[in-house]
Amino acid sequence: MSFIPLPDPDPDILKRRAQIAKNLAKIAPDAVFIEDEEGRQAYETDALTTYRRIPLLVILPSSTHEVSLLLTHCHKEHIQVIARGAGTSLCGGAVPTTDAVIIGLSRMRRILDINYDNRTAKVEAGVTNLGISDAMNAEQFFYAPDPSSQIACTIGGNVAMNSGGAHCLKYGVTTNNVLGVKLVLMDGEVIDIGSEALDSNGYDLLGLINGSEGQLGIATEITVRILRKPEMARPMLIGFNNNKDAGNCVSAIIASGMIPAALEFMDKRAIHICENYVKVGYPLDVEALLIVEVEGSENEINLQFDHVREIVEKFDPKTIRIAQNDEETDKIWKGRKSAFGAMGQLSDNYCMDGVIPISRLADVLGWVAHIGRHHDFEIANVFHAGDGSLHPVILYNANDEEELLRAEACGAELLRLCVKAGGCLTGEHGVGIEKRDLMREQFSELDLIQQTRIKTVFDPNWLLNPAKVFPLNAPGRGGIEADIAEISKPGGESER
Amino acid sequence: MSELLLPRDHKDLSDIITSASDDKTRLEVIGENSKQYIGRPMRVDRTLTTRQLSGINFYSPEELVISVRAGTSLSMVEHTLRHEEQQLAFEPIDYGHLFGFKTGQGTIGSVVACNLSGPRRIRSGAARDSLLGIHGVNGRGEYFQNGGRVMKNVTGYDLTKGLTGSWGTLCVFSEVILKVIPRFETSVTLVLQGLDDRLAINALCDAMKSPYEVTGAVHLQKAPVALLTDPKIASLGTSLTAIRLENFETAVRYRSTRLRTQLSCYGDVLEFSEQQTNSFWQDMQHLKFLTQSRAPVWRISTPPQNGPILVSEIERVVPVSAIYDWSGGLIWLEVPATSDVSASDIRRSLAHLGGHATLIRADREVRTRTEVFHPIPGAIGKITRGIKNSFDPHHILNPERMYAGL
Repeated sequence: MSFIPLPDPDPDILKRRAQIAKNLAKIAPDAVFIEDEEGRQAYETDALTTYRRIPLLVILPSSTHEVSLLLTHCHKEHIQVIARGAGTSLCGGAVPTTDAVIIGLSRMRRILDINYDNRTAKVEAGVTNLGISDAMNAEQFFYAPDPSSQIACTIGGNVAMNSGGAHCLKYGVTTNNVLGVKLVLMDGEVIDIGSEALDSNGYDLLGLINGSEGQLGIATEITVRILRKPEMARPMLIGFNNNKDAGNCVSAIIASGMIPAALEFMDKRAIHICENYVKVGYPLDVEALLIVEVEGSENEINLQFDHVREIVEKFDPKTIRIAQNDEETDKIWKGRKSAFGAMGQLSDNYCMDGVIPISRLADVLGWVAHIGRHHDFEIANVFHAGDGSLHPVILYNANDEEELLRAEACGAELLRLCVKAGGCLTGEHGVGIEKRDLMREQFSELDLIQQTRIKTVFDPNWLLNPAKVFPLNAPGRGGIEADIAEISKPGGESER
Repeated sequence: MSELLLPRDHKDLSDIITSASDDKTRLEVIGENSKQYIGRPMRVDRTLTTRQLSGINFYSPEELVISVRAGTSLSMVEHTLRHEEQQLAFEPIDYGHLFGFKTGQGTIGSVVACNLSGPRRIRSGAARDSLLGIHGVNGRGEYFQNGGRVMKNVTGYDLTKGLTGSWGTLCVFSEVILKVIPRFETSVTLVLQGLDDRLAINALCDAMKSPYEVTGAVHLQKAPVALLTDPKIASLGTSLTAIRLENFETAVRYRSTRLRTQLSCYGDVLEFSEQQTNSFWQDMQHLKFLTQSRAPVWRISTPPQNGPILVSEIERVVPVSAIYDWSGGLIWLEVPATSDVSASDIRRSLAHLGGHATLIRADREVRTRTEVFHPIPGAIGKITRGIKNSFDPHHILNPERMYAGL
């Protein structure tokens, strides 16, 4: 086991497991209960597989009402709860603790409403990201944020982690595309935040909910903004002699005043791994590859490619290839989108997620290689270059405990590098347990306590998604009594 | 009232607010004071202005990011960006005209604090969507930061968005970091004339459903058209339904031709000249379609298709003048100065149509007895109170500006 600690479970809760299950089943008899150890084991981890704990109980409700009833009881009994979508979190955002109940939203997967005039869709939290776009394919509409796991990941999980994706360069991330959520608070109260209107009332609670990693409430219904698909989209594939030229080319494209729909980077190691896995015809004689996707009519696309080509020529490209049809477009993206699957075939891999200012790309890539060598690891780079969102992937052997610890240390150093370069610890994956103890690299104690107080406002006893996001000794963690009293007081004129 | 509090840096700001917090001194927080007539009237002891927290910390045009001290005037920020052929994506609206001030006043901090977003919001998001990071001081005097300067950031809770639109009631910003976009090569405005509200909103929604990336979609009833700056537009004498395309020239030319064909089922489609286009959209940003009178003005946010329904429900009770932005989803409504300035009728309609209404312009006395910001129901009210208490436990920052008791 690795070195990020999880708190010791409450022995009293563990002892009462059977009784707790019985009580909850009485409250929500129509929900699916998974009580046997083998069944619960399927929920012991997420996509950060080095951390595993078998949860106390797994419950799969089918309605907001059931979620509300379950939370009301857990709140009263002081039982911790973890909401779970598809379990695709790469930062351990859905890793259980053994004394916590998992509420899985996978049965809540109805598309409730699609309104093309208002350009909104209301869906249940368990609908997959791609499932939303699929539901409106016939009308040529789509939901824009497209995390790599979009086939499997759920919109509820996307809201929790404020997920991004390749096309967020143009269309924004989850928080820019969510208009409303139905949220069940830990005490069981159901609130509607936002609506189908473009902006919401009062403080921007939606802004707080998106990216709060399931710690402020459980979103059961989500209203998203939907967009008409562009007439056409085409990627250009550009090979370079080295990472530095490719990195500088990314900065030059953005600086030129053009915002492509996507701007992706792959280094030599990543190109070879992907090509070997899916055989899509990536050039193997280059050191780095950019995928630049533009959208519009055929004429518009050609003009944009002329512009890109003009910039690219300054960086001594080795190959330039433009997809001529849908088949070639799919092939280029298939290679990129299979990157993590391909690496998984080769070895265990640990995908980092730091973000840097794009003007630092070329420098930082040099440092990434240096850090990899220092820790004696091969690192493949495949990432959303247009917004500086790095994904260095450390290739290692998870069965070797010493190597695992070394990989985590290497990852932590990569993230510190991103913060030092003017960036942040995580741009898409979230903090979870993985980066919890690195939060002080980016935030002061005062920065952290503003956030922990918000947690206390929504969940005074800190029962939702425990042991994530904040260091275990973070200020205000656990909703200290003074904070609770202060936050709950009526205040205002009456106190004077 | 005693002299203005004028912090020069975040340390000063923190010292002033710490001391105010210790003494429970209630502070009015202002930038250039251009929004002093918006919100509930406040009882305060001192006024703090961010005016001296001014200047650009860094601007990296090649990275599309600018970091500005909060008291910097918006016009200076826009001027700096224009010099590099860039702009704020959200096209902030300007309340100057509405209150009889000059336009072009206000600070960048107030734009963020009030989440001011103009016509391009339908395509490019609101002010909160362009905001990458903030530095500020809360009502306890604690200096903190959230977010940063990079384009993607999910490290910890997103207080950056959470604090946008809080009208200076939670913290005082000392610095804001914004994403910017390139200026467009060209723009075109397609115009339909004489449509009634419902038909106009249908036309706007149809344009929004096209793949042509519309960046402005507004409908003005006949009366407000006469208030516009360009004399030719002002004398058209009909309602106007306008759709803006912005892009590089070839794209705009191609898209406007396609869209024109698509919209021809609603009537003849005119095209504004470039000069008219610039004038028209600046009028939209400066709210020139509203009278410079004391008539109460509501800002109503609702799903686009419900906009005309709401207006017709209010029209049954009192005569109103309505201007629809955001393809029908944002309504500027001038109403007669009745005792409750139509608050109960508007909010009754919104209860079944969805959305919310803010009373932007009304006499002080009206703003004292009418809920200026849309009332917040039970549990959300409790959370709102909790957030206020967590940032500003003694309620010293813009006390009760948004809600009574907060």
